[in-house]
Amino acid sequence: MTLTVEHTTMPVLGRLPIHSSRAEQVAHIAEAARQIRIQDLKLVHYAGAGHIGGDFSAIDILATLYGAVLDITPDSVTDPERDRFILSKGHVAGALYTTLAAFGFLPVDDLATFLKPLSALNGHPNRRKVAGVEANTGPLGHGLPVAVGHALSAKLDVSLRRTYVLVGDGELQEGSNWEAMMAASQYQLDRLTVIVDRNRLQQGATTKETNDLDPLPDKAAAFGFAVVEVNGHDHGELLDVLSAVPFRPGKPTFVIAHTHKGHPISFMSNNVAWHHRVPDVAEFQQALTELEAVAPGYTKELGMTERSEGIIKHSLPRVSSAPGAKRGRG
Amino acid sequence: MSIVETSIADRPRYDCRDAYVETLAELAEADHRIVGVVNDSVGSSKLNSFRKAFPDRLINVGIAEQDMVGVASGLANGGRIPFVSAASCFLTGRALEQIKADVAYSNTNVKLCGMSPGVAYGELGPTHHSIEDIAWLRAISNLTVIVPADPIETAAALRWAAASDGPVFIRVSRMSVPKVYDEDYAFRLGRAITVRAGDDVTLISNGTVLWRAIAAAEQLATEGISARVLSMPTVKPLDTSAVVAAARETAGIVTAEEAVSGGGLGGAVAETVVQQHPARVTILGIPEFAPTGSAGYLLDHFGLSPDGIAAAARRLVTRGT
Repeated sequence: MTLTVEHTTMPVLGRLPIHSSRAEQVAHIAEAARQIRIQDLKLVHYAGAGHIGGDFSAIDILATLYGAVLDITPDSVTDPERDRFILSKGHVAGALYTTLAAFGFLPVDDLATFLKPLSALNGHPNRRKVAGVEANTGPLGHGLPVAVGHALSAKLDVSLRRTYVLVGDGELQEGSNWEAMMAASQYQLDRLTVIVDRNRLQQGATTKETNDLDPLPDKAAAFGFAVVEVNGHDHGELLDVLSAVPFRPGKPTFVIAHTHKGHPISFMSNNVAWHHRVPDVAEFQQALTELEAVAPGYTKELGMTERSEGIIKHSLPRVSSAPGAKRGRG
Repeated sequence: MSIVETSIADRPRYDCRDAYVETLAELAEADHRIVGVVNDSVGSSKLNSFRKAFPDRLINVGIAEQDMVGVASGLANGGRIPFVSAASCFLTGRALEQIKADVAYSNTNVKLCGMSPGVAYGELGPTHHSIEDIAWLRAISNLTVIVPADPIETAAALRWAAASDGPVFIRVSRMSVPKVYDEDYAFRLGRAITVRAGDDVTLISNGTVLWRAIAAAEQLATEGISARVLSMPTVKPLDTSAVVAAARETAGIVTAEEAVSGGGLGGAVAETVVQQHPARVTILGIPEFAPTGSAGYLLDHFGLSPDGIAAAARRLVTRGT
């Protein structure tokens, strides 16, 4: 099987007008996420490689950021005052490329070159080749320090531009993240938001079996962050939280987005085998059927359906660093 | 002529960090984008005066080298020109992957300043020696590697780095050295400087060892051996034409550097000679974890003294006849 331009069928969705209602925004993000998943599924299936499990756990976060949160457009990718998004879990490059294409940063046809010889679309993103990519990531534990550096530059500039970084949960086992979190707190970088794709699975096992991160909210709060937990597949929750930062003046924000790898595909979701497995023809067809069965813009079907016992303690955002405080207030 | 001129060994000595901090302050004064980034290395980098002059522009991330280099990359993304200033052993060893991915591969405008490199920390031992830095960093694409020899070249290289766009590594010595250059010296990337003409044998050096190579040439001159001394501040990109000319025009090349004797300046010269004009090459460096001793003692111990360099040159010339 070979990936060709016939497999790049995704519509370019772009952004809604700024005065759109929340319901319209959420429906738009939901539809973008659905289309991005369909396109990403085709990329991985026809290219014969990729990280579809992690792609699908992160796509709702990416669609929310690019669809309604980040102050960045295809025309402003070099504007010094743009918001920055850094994908630290660089192995989900396929999800990032597809998201960039969905919002007009990258020609959709270019997706057909994914992983091909001499393509700009490497297995990990390259800012020198792809407009909209902020940092060359792939080795884990690199994005958060870079995000801290950017947030520091914004603070020195007395700029309101924001910095978002998406890290994997397994990735937090790298010590460099915690070095960076200490610095973020020391420098009071409250326009920095760390989003954790908390799918609880790493390459070969659960995070709990490997090097347990819990109690993650307490750890992040102890490192000086305002901590918020959300359902990482609920576009409304993601939109509300990611557009409301900072939650505490002087504190960076740590959003724990509870997700499932492979979500929402029945046979992939929360299944460790799908870290970088490639769907065969039958699996591809079934996954495609499941994604196409969802009505365009319908978010509930994409909601997290199989929450593991005890994972979601708070379906609504909360601020862990200051009990009883109201979200979104200074 | 060495009888009437003062030998280089007898000239006053300078700590290159003084030129470093003075130049950095001057650059920062002229360009608001310039910031310092340190791993608590304010004192060891002599940056106290910089911190006083630009309190907001000295970012201290604490003892956290990986974060330090990642932060510098992010600062560059935001339009700043960060000068990372940290002991070379920790900067290059601890943050090597950040240097590769966040700086070189990401092509961010970060200037990495490896302080107190080589065996400068003397008796503190091999954990604190940074003899591998040149070899490690020379292997990374899109990264310029500069090893200045004196305070004048240190200042000139810094000015060049601030004005150039892209990743640069500069070694800043703490071991005091005599001035090799005149005050009007202008750094030119990738260009060797013939600090002493000669046609019997060539000595190629940089950093703290360059003056020792010049002193060796003075010694050889008294014996009637005419040694060319090439200063090679840019290890990468290397001035290959100067190396090839030396291979062609003299009996052989001795390289001498305060670094591991494989993969650094000597390695770069040998790669060029082997592929472009095979000739005799002797590489002087530090071949192993150093024993206990002061920096000066260790350089002498490994043959990086004027006597040691002269002896290696003599052997090349003798074998050539």
